[in-house]
Amino acid sequence: MFEITAHVRKKQRVEQGVKFLFLGMTLLMILPLLLIVGHLVYKAWPVLSMDFLLTNPIRGMRAGGIWAPLLGTLYLVIISLAVSAPVGVMAAIYLNEYAQDNGFTRVVNLAVVNLAGVPSIVHALFGLGAFVLFAGMGRSILAAALTLAVMTLPVIIASTKEALSAVPRSFREACWNVGASRWQTIRHIVLPNSISGILTGVILQVSRAAGETAPVMFTGAVFYKAIKEGDLFAYGLMDQCMALSMHLFTIATQVPGVPESLPYATAVVLLGVVLTVNATAIGLRVWLRSRKKW
Amino acid sequence: MVTAIPRVDIRNLRIRYGSKEILHGVSLDVRSNEILGIIGPAHSGKSSLLRVINRTLEFIPEARYEGTVCIDGEDIRSMSDVYALRRRVGMVSPLPVGLPMTIFDNVAFAPRMAGVRDRHQLGETVEECLRQAALWDEVKDRLHMLGTKLSGGQQQRLTIARALSHKPDVLCLDEFSIAIDPVTTMRIEDVLKSLKAKMSIILVTNLVQQSRRLADRTAFFYNGELVELDQTEVLFSDSPASRKTYEYINGLFG
Repeated sequence: MFEITAHVRKKQRVEQGVKFLFLGMTLLMILPLLLIVGHLVYKAWPVLSMDFLLTNPIRGMRAGGIWAPLLGTLYLVIISLAVSAPVGVMAAIYLNEYAQDNGFTRVVNLAVVNLAGVPSIVHALFGLGAFVLFAGMGRSILAAALTLAVMTLPVIIASTKEALSAVPRSFREACWNVGASRWQTIRHIVLPNSISGILTGVILQVSRAAGETAPVMFTGAVFYKAIKEGDLFAYGLMDQCMALSMHLFTIATQVPGVPESLPYATAVVLLGVVLTVNATAIGLRVWLRSRKKW
Repeated sequence: MVTAIPRVDIRNLRIRYGSKEILHGVSLDVRSNEILGIIGPAHSGKSSLLRVINRTLEFIPEARYEGTVCIDGEDIRSMSDVYALRRRVGMVSPLPVGLPMTIFDNVAFAPRMAGVRDRHQLGETVEECLRQAALWDEVKDRLHMLGTKLSGGQQQRLTIARALSHKPDVLCLDEFSIAIDPVTTMRIEDVLKSLKAKMSIILVTNLVQQSRRLADRTAFFYNGELVELDQTEVLFSDSPASRKTYEYINGLFG
């Protein structure tokens, strides 16, 4: 009665084949990552040390460490996120929880989607025009951080909206039914249950802000600047600074006679910063997920 | 059981979603200490009517309503504190909603949102409401477990306990038994019978026999009209005023 026909046998064969094809592609994806990281670390090994992190570049950037660009990147990322995270999250709350579906919100939503797709070099030019020149900030950490903030804002809004709308509407209705206001509902139900998604979205923008070169190059990052080693407050808000991404570009292409290991070590540090932040995001997500309550 | 002012008085209520009118001018009243059953096929505007009473229809942007709804003689539209209105009306939705917090917090949520901070008072409210909803004995030892971990039937009783926690005058139930087992349904029906002494209850249901078992009076809605509203015995007799009512109750259409 349950005879295995040729048709069934073929179906099973295809099933197996398809599964292995997909598995193969998944493994293939890991390969480049391992190769890149392995290659970088191998080339950078001779100079990687604590000293490399904590000393300024010397002898025309042909020796020494990366303290100045590392600190510059930390400044840029922290200040830009301090602006874009609260603004983005609050805007997303408005759009998702309060705004009615009308012409205005549709235009705003369209703008968010399109801004998220604007190339970073265009944001760079905008930052140069708006912050450096028009607002009179000059080329400074503030102008560069604000440019990065403008760049990351639409993505933060989009990912936050996504996280908020994943909270079931029935939860909101249950709150409204017992006399909770919209804000009470957001504060006690919506935010606690979407915070992991919101944070993940925000933190992923850290790595994007740390890695972009063009926006900071146009608006506040400099070729070379020595700062006091080991002093976390060596930069002022209106100073220009070095940045890891631009430093890597400079020593890899603009300065002759740089030992090969230096750009590789810089790349490893940049990658290290980004991967550390991403790993934090994943850890945070796992931790908050485990506390998720439905 | 006739009072001077009906608890809930609905006059000429019309509800529109966009350009589509789904309730065409309905008038009915709910008396003190009665269970009013509302029966009728899907899409006859029963659930929307409940949403008007606690003004949560206002959260649906394209929905509009006309006519007047008064609670104890006071027009709900002229009430300046909409949150106080919603606390006077308990609402139980078809699918149980355990909020993602502990059982205790689920029931203490409404009082807290109304500003109650006193732990002792909250504890008393929680126990009282869980007892009224016939859930206390099952959960009294694990009040700090997540409400969402309870079974469907328990969650529906938790929802009822939450609806009672703000001391409503009117309790609205929208097909509360749709997702729960018959035993729990019977327990909740017993709960409703005893709650009747303290409040008015509006019971929207697809199960005509449920209305027959519980309701003092029953209303039959069809296509956005109130066909008939009468004592339950009359409506379920062999000769209700409308032929349509008889056909619906006896499963001849619908």
